[in-house]
Amino acid sequence: MTDAAEHQAIGAARAAPILSARNLGKSFGALRAMSEVTLDLAPGEAVGIVGPNGAGKSTLLAALAGSFLPSEGTITFDGRDITRAGAAEVCHLGIAKTHQIPKPFDGLTVFENVRVAAAFGGGGDHAADEVAYDALKLCRMLPLANQRAERLGLLDRKRLEVARALATGPRVILLDEVGGGLTDAEAEELVEIIRAIRARGTAIIWIEHIVHVLLQVAERLICMDAGRVIADGDPEAVMKDPQVMEAYLGHSVE
Amino acid sequence: MSQPYEVERWNTRARITVWAFVLGCAVLALAPLWGSPAFLSRSVVLFVYVLLAVTWNALAGYAGLMSVGQQAFFGLGAYFTIRLSDGGVPVFAAMAVAAGAVALVSVPISYVMLRLKAGEFAIGMWVLASLLHLLVNLDPLIQGETGISLLALNAFDPKTRMVVIYLFGLLSAVGVVAGMLLLLRSRFGAALQAIRDSEEAAGSIGVPVFRTKQLVFVFAALGAALAGALWLASTVSFQPKTYFGIQWMAYTVFMVIVGGIGTFEGALIGAVIFFVIETLLASFGLWYLILLGGTAVFFALAFPQGVWGYARNRHGWFLLPIGRTLITREKTTGAE
Repeated sequence: MTDAAEHQAIGAARAAPILSARNLGKSFGALRAMSEVTLDLAPGEAVGIVGPNGAGKSTLLAALAGSFLPSEGTITFDGRDITRAGAAEVCHLGIAKTHQIPKPFDGLTVFENVRVAAAFGGGGDHAADEVAYDALKLCRMLPLANQRAERLGLLDRKRLEVARALATGPRVILLDEVGGGLTDAEAEELVEIIRAIRARGTAIIWIEHIVHVLLQVAERLICMDAGRVIADGDPEAVMKDPQVMEAYLGHSVE
Repeated sequence: MSQPYEVERWNTRARITVWAFVLGCAVLALAPLWGSPAFLSRSVVLFVYVLLAVTWNALAGYAGLMSVGQQAFFGLGAYFTIRLSDGGVPVFAAMAVAAGAVALVSVPISYVMLRLKAGEFAIGMWVLASLLHLLVNLDPLIQGETGISLLALNAFDPKTRMVVIYLFGLLSAVGVVAGMLLLLRSRFGAALQAIRDSEEAAGSIGVPVFRTKQLVFVFAALGAALAGALWLASTVSFQPKTYFGIQWMAYTVFMVIVGGIGTFEGALIGAVIFFVIETLLASFGLWYLILLGGTAVFFALAFPQGVWGYARNRHGWFLLPIGRTLITREKTTGAE
């Protein structure tokens, strides 16, 4: 990251948050998936989330995207309470999420997949072709545009998730493990794509296990464990935090 | 600078198909001048099949709503026609108004039915059909399973009656086919398929899932109601058991599966195939049913995607594009 961008990011962090969660909690029956999660996202900010499996990362993103109602707490977007808003409404307001397990529309082509998102979640039908084209171009999927989605491999499915989310014209994009299983070259390309999204002024929350890939985009890191946020701040400090080390390695490293 | 891409929605083959379709409709519209009474009356049967197949394909093939209860609307279309005609509405107007009324009634029904998922929805629709069957039986006008005839038709001489019913059927079938094409080519066509493939993902990109399902549900109810009113006009008698029976769904599913579920052309082809088999073999009684069952089994095993689904996947055939093809003019090396 350049100094200017860093400077801008620090400035952005001080601005009024575009997305805020306060004391968010979620139980599925007896299972406690998330507890007392509080976070603020500044406009244009890029935040990474790490944590072991079952830490509640995906649960947090799903709650922010309106996939389900949190058991406790509130979510505010652009000064407006969206705690009870459904997924489609949240999308219209300007938050888009990719699915950890890709959910492409198998019977449609790649272009049609992205165009539906543009027509319903974005600027409407008249501009949908252009918006879909731009999203595919940014995600480098134009060569696959007329391929039926059912024929895509896993990596392209994940990239389609990103393109589709992008076509809804979000101000905040929530990425749930879009980079798992990538080779170094593929990861490099993904980082470029996500940087390009960020360069448009879109704020990003990105869950990923591969920390060095994540940190090429994220200027701030959150670590979750057992449904809670255990560290939040400068990536280097977070990675050195004893609690974080314990969550990852089972004990703190001396 | 011109834009670096183009979205193709038509091609020469599609234009030829549409013109051939329009020409075919024009020839059929003139059939009262050249067709025999037998031709007109058999055509009405085909129109009924087309109405059922096309609208069930929209519901099940495109939206993934596997209803096995469309006979609910089929029966209701006929029943409303009887009721309206009995109430003094001119008989042919009654058929159209009845179909519209069924579409209206299907709106509140959709609020209940569309809350059900997958198998529950399928069975729920069947239960709905049985329930409506029983309710219609309570109407003293119908005289239980004895039924009643659409007596108002007797006011017309047989020739005029046949011509009007034929034209009503032609107009309904063409209207539903054209409506289906317009629906599928609109953004709601892609939305329906998105919902079918992943309801959760469709919602998350802003598709109004419930409204879109409602749209196709009402469209399918209208199609089935038109078919029911038409069947009543051509057979004259209304017996609840015949109209609310599950056999209508068996026929419809046969047509759509054999033709190619989820393909626009497939439902039409399936309706024609079923019609031809029936026309040629219905006089064989039991053997006809055995052959019909055998055909269904054969297609399920050998061509699970149906005639048109097979042709499309194997040879890339399509007559009418409902999708969108992106044609890029510049060399694409990726994002700048």
